[in-house]
Amino acid sequence: MLQLINVARTFNPGSVNEKVALREINLHVSPGEVVAIIGSNGAGKSTLLNVVAGVYEIEAGKVLLDGQDITRRPEHLRATWIGRVFQDPLRGTAASMTIAENLALALRRGRPRRLRRGITPAERQLFKKRLALLGLGLEDRLGTRVGLLSGGQRQALTVLMATIATPKLLLLDEHTAALDPRTARTVMELSEKIIAQHRLTTLMVTHNLEQALRAGTRTIMMHEGRIILDLSGPERMRTKVADLLKMFEQVSGSAFADDRVLLTGS
Amino acid sequence: MSLSVWLGALEQGLLWGAMVLGVYLTFRVLDFPDLTVDGAFTLGAAVAAKLILSGYDPWLALLAAILGGALAGLVTGLLHTQLKVAPLLAGILTMIALYSINLRIMGQANLSLLRVETIFTGVKGYTALVPFGPALLGALLAALVLILLYLFLQTELGMGIRATGDNEQMIRSLGVNTATMKLVGLAIANALVAFSGGLIAQYQGFADIGMGIGMIIAGLAAVIIGEALVGSQTLARALLAAVIGSILYRAIISLVLRLGLPATDLKLLTSLIVVMAMAFPLVRQRLGLRALRLRSEQDAAANQRSQDL
Repeated sequence: MLQLINVARTFNPGSVNEKVALREINLHVSPGEVVAIIGSNGAGKSTLLNVVAGVYEIEAGKVLLDGQDITRRPEHLRATWIGRVFQDPLRGTAASMTIAENLALALRRGRPRRLRRGITPAERQLFKKRLALLGLGLEDRLGTRVGLLSGGQRQALTVLMATIATPKLLLLDEHTAALDPRTARTVMELSEKIIAQHRLTTLMVTHNLEQALRAGTRTIMMHEGRIILDLSGPERMRTKVADLLKMFEQVSGSAFADDRVLLTGS
Repeated sequence: MSLSVWLGALEQGLLWGAMVLGVYLTFRVLDFPDLTVDGAFTLGAAVAAKLILSGYDPWLALLAAILGGALAGLVTGLLHTQLKVAPLLAGILTMIALYSINLRIMGQANLSLLRVETIFTGVKGYTALVPFGPALLGALLAALVLILLYLFLQTELGMGIRATGDNEQMIRSLGVNTATMKLVGLAIANALVAFSGGLIAQYQGFADIGMGIGMIIAGLAAVIIGEALVGSQTLARALLAAVIGSILYRAIISLVLRLGLPATDLKLLTSLIVVMAMAFPLVRQRLGLRALRLRSEQDAAANQRSQDL
């Protein structure tokens, strides 16, 4: 499904601020796999997602999606296949536009925008049905501007937007990190439900180590631009958070340093 | 004050309405402070006047003005999206270039349309409509532009443009080329501005190389006045606010001129209106905070007293 071959990316090359964000990343993700990505500060987790999404170009290597080389495709063209949810709830929605308009924009992901009607009546019905599944009462507020919603409501809406036109690949970049614990749990459960429903291949960056082991099918740990641990199957089932920290120290030779890491489930 | 003064303000407000809608489209919808407007307005006037004087139909001349404006917007858009020039600078570059181009089109600094047929000579001929002919024609055109823009902004393309102004990162992640959206938005906005320029040239009977100076600020003042009085909660309301703001702005100008201020002070006045409108929310916020602080101090003092007792 998704293949990264020898991918490398350096920020500010040749300057004092030079930072190697990714070095020789090789990753193969099979269809339906849900990969949780963890790692210390500046490990390259978000960069990895942004490289897949096409936000950053890469200096070396290749990005393949479904066997197709997409390395040179700009971000807006890759969006045809990729759904994304950002960490900041404000970044995934257009605040001045209504719930229905936001969903209509998302429904047309990867399609050309023409002089056709922006929202059809049939689409409104679809939006109502999908919104009802969120259980937040948004189905009766199609005409409400998104700026009036809470952060949790906006993030739940963004998850729906990222998946309403079923993507081949879903990228979740710490999408519950900015929410309060209760809302974070709701949004996470919602995401897992949608992922299971459509069997979405997913890459999910998280700071919650418990979640990284429990949710999804595979756990990847990054450090200084490399993948230093790759767990799946029965081995992953047996692993506990404490083991994860120990393995990190062994492989990296330093303590797991992440300001925001959560060792237990929230 | 006589009817004719108010009627004049209404006529001008309506004819300048397309320009204000153009400013609304760039400043508010695209979030792109586009200074091309000053040049595009004169461009519209210059193209329309030149073509009419060359014997072309005044409506055809307006169409050419619209196309010219769209082209000007496109140039600004290309400077910004392809050469990565900052929005303000991109607009200024096009505006300055247009000054020379406009002079070339007109061949001189001023073209008179007094003895030729314009779109207004027709309506002025209907005796039944006197003296409301130009106002009716203006209202008709403003309504047409308003409705077309309203419908356009609800198409897929129009929504893509709105989302680009609102949240570029989000709409790019939904597969929209934001550079294209900006180009289309800027072209339409400046087409509206040039259309307005072509109308005004025909209305006042001349095109002048300096007629676009400060147009961007006049447009902004009208947008702000409209938003304050009509609101911008929905798209329809925001668009209507722009046109009503345009009429009110012209009414204010007429009023001030009546009070004896020389016409040369208009630009100063317009700047002051915009500065005041921008300062207003800040002042209100400061006053509000002060009121809160005073109240909490009073509460604290009252608590202290009750504890003392």
